[in-house]
Amino acid sequence: MSHSVQAAPPRPAPSDSSNRVTLGLSNRLLARPEVGALVAAILIFIFFMAAAPAFRSAESFFTVLYQSSTIGIVAVGVGMLMIGGEFDLSAGVITTTAGLVNSMFCWYFGVNLWVGALLSLVFCLFVGFVNGYLVMKTGIPSFLITLGTFFVLQGANLGVTKLVTGSVSSTDISRIDGFGSLNKIFASSFKIGSVTVWITVLWWVLFVALAAWILQRTRIGNWFFAVGGAPDSARAVGVPVVRTKIGLFMTVSFLGWFIGMHTLYRFNTLQAGNGVGNEFLYIIAAVVGGTLLTGGFGNAIGVAIGAFIFGMTSLGIVYAGWDPNWFKAFLGVMLLLAVLVNLYIKRMSTARKVG
Amino acid sequence: MTTSRSRGARLVALAAVVALGVTACSGGGKEKTDDTSSGGGNAAGSSGYTIAFITHETPGDTFWDKIKAGAQQAARDEGVTLKYSNDPDASKQAVLIQNAVDSKVSGIATTLVTPKALAGAVKSATDAKIPVVGLNSGIDQYKQLGALMYFGSDENLAGQTAGQRIGQAGGKHPLCVIQAAGSVALEARCAGVKSAVPGTENLQVNGADDASVVSTLQAKLSQDKSIDYVVTLGAPIAVDALKAMDAAASKAKLITFDLNAEAAQDIQDGKIEFSIDQQPYVQGYMAVTSLYLYLKNGNDIGGGKAVLTGPSFVDKSNIDKILPFTKNNTR
Repeated sequence: MSHSVQAAPPRPAPSDSSNRVTLGLSNRLLARPEVGALVAAILIFIFFMAAAPAFRSAESFFTVLYQSSTIGIVAVGVGMLMIGGEFDLSAGVITTTAGLVNSMFCWYFGVNLWVGALLSLVFCLFVGFVNGYLVMKTGIPSFLITLGTFFVLQGANLGVTKLVTGSVSSTDISRIDGFGSLNKIFASSFKIGSVTVWITVLWWVLFVALAAWILQRTRIGNWFFAVGGAPDSARAVGVPVVRTKIGLFMTVSFLGWFIGMHTLYRFNTLQAGNGVGNEFLYIIAAVVGGTLLTGGFGNAIGVAIGAFIFGMTSLGIVYAGWDPNWFKAFLGVMLLLAVLVNLYIKRMSTARKVG
Repeated sequence: MTTSRSRGARLVALAAVVALGVTACSGGGKEKTDDTSSGGGNAAGSSGYTIAFITHETPGDTFWDKIKAGAQQAARDEGVTLKYSNDPDASKQAVLIQNAVDSKVSGIATTLVTPKALAGAVKSATDAKIPVVGLNSGIDQYKQLGALMYFGSDENLAGQTAGQRIGQAGGKHPLCVIQAAGSVALEARCAGVKSAVPGTENLQVNGADDASVVSTLQAKLSQDKSIDYVVTLGAPIAVDALKAMDAAASKAKLITFDLNAEAAQDIQDGKIEFSIDQQPYVQGYMAVTSLYLYLKNGNDIGGGKAVLTGPSFVDKSNIDKILPFTKNNTR
C-alpha cells in the first residue's frame, strides 16, 4: 500500500530498500487516498449537472452541502477511528442519545439547556470511553463491542424516553432557557444572497481541517496510522496504543454528540427510535473516501469527499425527479461506481510505481 | 437552640432561593403537577383473562405507542392481563402468535399486515379455539384468516378521502411522502390519494433521520415548483415537512396522516390544513375490549363487518377539543 510522505506509519523496516523507486509528482498525487474519491465526486457532479436541471443552482448546492455535513461531521471521526483499525456501530444511535439526554434532563428538572448539553457531552464521552476501554481490555473486536453498545443505547433511548415523558418522543424544548444561544451554535443558518448556509457546513469544514491537520502534521496523527496499520510494531516503538484508540472512540462520540445537538436544536423534539442506520452511512462515507476497512490508510479530506458524494447522490436523484421506488438502487449504483473509480485510480498509481 | 434553628431556617431559605434561581427562569419544562393520570380501572388479571397483543410495531414510533397505550388502558379497565409483543418482521410476528397459542392465552389481538405470512399462525390459534381479532391492517383479509372482528382504518379509503378533499380545494399535483420504504399500508394511502387526484407523485424519505427528511423534501420542492400539496403519512414527518417547505419557499399546503402534540399544535396554528386520523388509541382499546366482551358475554362488535376507526378528520373546526388529548398520548 502506498502512502503520502508525512503520513507514513512506522512499519517494520523495509528489507527491499535498494529496490525503491522514486515517485514522480503525478504518482505521489495519485497515491493519496482522496484522489480517487475526488475524481468520482467530480464525475457524479458533472453527471447530475447534466441530468438534473434543478441541481444546477447555488441553492441546491448548499442543500447538498447541508445534507453532506450532517453525515460528514460524524464520518470524520469514524474515518479516523477506521484508520486506527476499529469500527463504531453505536455512532448512529448515540446522536439520538445525545439529544435525548439533553432534552429530557432539562425538561424534567426544569434547568437551563446548557446544563443538559454539558451533561450530555460528558455522557457521550463516557460511552466512547467504555467502547474503547472494553475493546482494548477484552481484545474482542470493536465490531462486536460497539454492536452491544448500539443495542444498549437503542433500547435505553426508547425505554428511558417512555419512562420520563410517557411517550416515545421527547418534549418540545424550545421554551426552556438557553435554547436561543445553543440554537445559534448548533443549528443556525444565514443567507448569502439567495443561498442559505447552515452552520453545520462551517463546523464540518472546521472539523475536517482539524482532523486533516492532526493526521498529516502531528505526532498523534502518526499514532492513528500506526495503531491501525501495525499495532504490535506501534506498541514496540512506544506508541500509547490503548490511549490512542480510546481517544479515537471518544472523538467519534464527541462528533456524534455534536450532530445530536444539531438535530435537537433544529427540530426541538426527537423521536426515540431515530438515528438507527446512520452508522453505516458514516462507514460508507469513510470507505468511499478511500479509508481502508482494514485500517492504517486514509485521510480526513477523503472522508469529507465521501460524505459529499453520499449527499450529492441522495439529493441528486431527487433533483433529477426519478421514480422514488428506485431510489436505493440508484444510490447503490452510484456508490459502487464511486468505489470502483477510487479503486481504479489507486491501481493505476500502484501499477505505475511498479513499472 | 435559637441559633441552630435560625441557621436551619437560613439554610432552607438559601436552598429555596437557589432552587428558584435554577428553575424560575426556565419555562417550557415539565409542569409540576401530581401524576395521577392512570387512576381507576380494575386490578390486572382480576377478570381471569390473558390477552396476547401482537403488532408489527417498529420500536420508537409515536403512532404505535398510542395503540399500545389504548390496549393497556383497556386491560386496566377490564382487569385483563395484557401480553404485548411486537416485531416488524412478518415471520417473527408469526412466531410471536404461535408463542401466544402455545402459552394458551384466552384471546389474541394482532395486526394482519402481511396476511399470507401470518395465516398459518392465525389458523393454529383458531384451531386451538382461541379467539383472534385483527386490528390496524388486514381489513380485506381478516375474515378469510378466521379472525372474528376487525378494528382499523381502510388505508386506501383514507387516502381517497384525503385526495377528494385536496381535489375539492383545487389541488392538482400533490406530493405523497413515504417515510418507510416498502410499507404496504403507506403505499395504499398514497394510491388512495392518487386515485382521487391523478397528478399525485410519491417521494421516498429516510424516516429515521429528520435532517435527511428535510433536505430530501427541500430538494424535491425546489426541483418541482408545481407541487401544490404535500401529504405526509406520519405526524413527525409533517413537522419536518414544514421546515422543508419554509426553506424551499414552497407555497404548497400541508396535510398529514395521524397526530402528535406538535402536529396538533400546527393544525391549530393553521400551518397544517388537516390530519386524517385513524385513532390508533381506539384500535388498541377496542381490540382488547372486544375480546373481553366476546369471552365474557359472547358479543360480536361490528356485526360481522370491520369496525372503522377512521378516517377521522382533524382540522381547525375541531382541533381545540382534540389538542389536549394529543398531549395525553391518547389521540
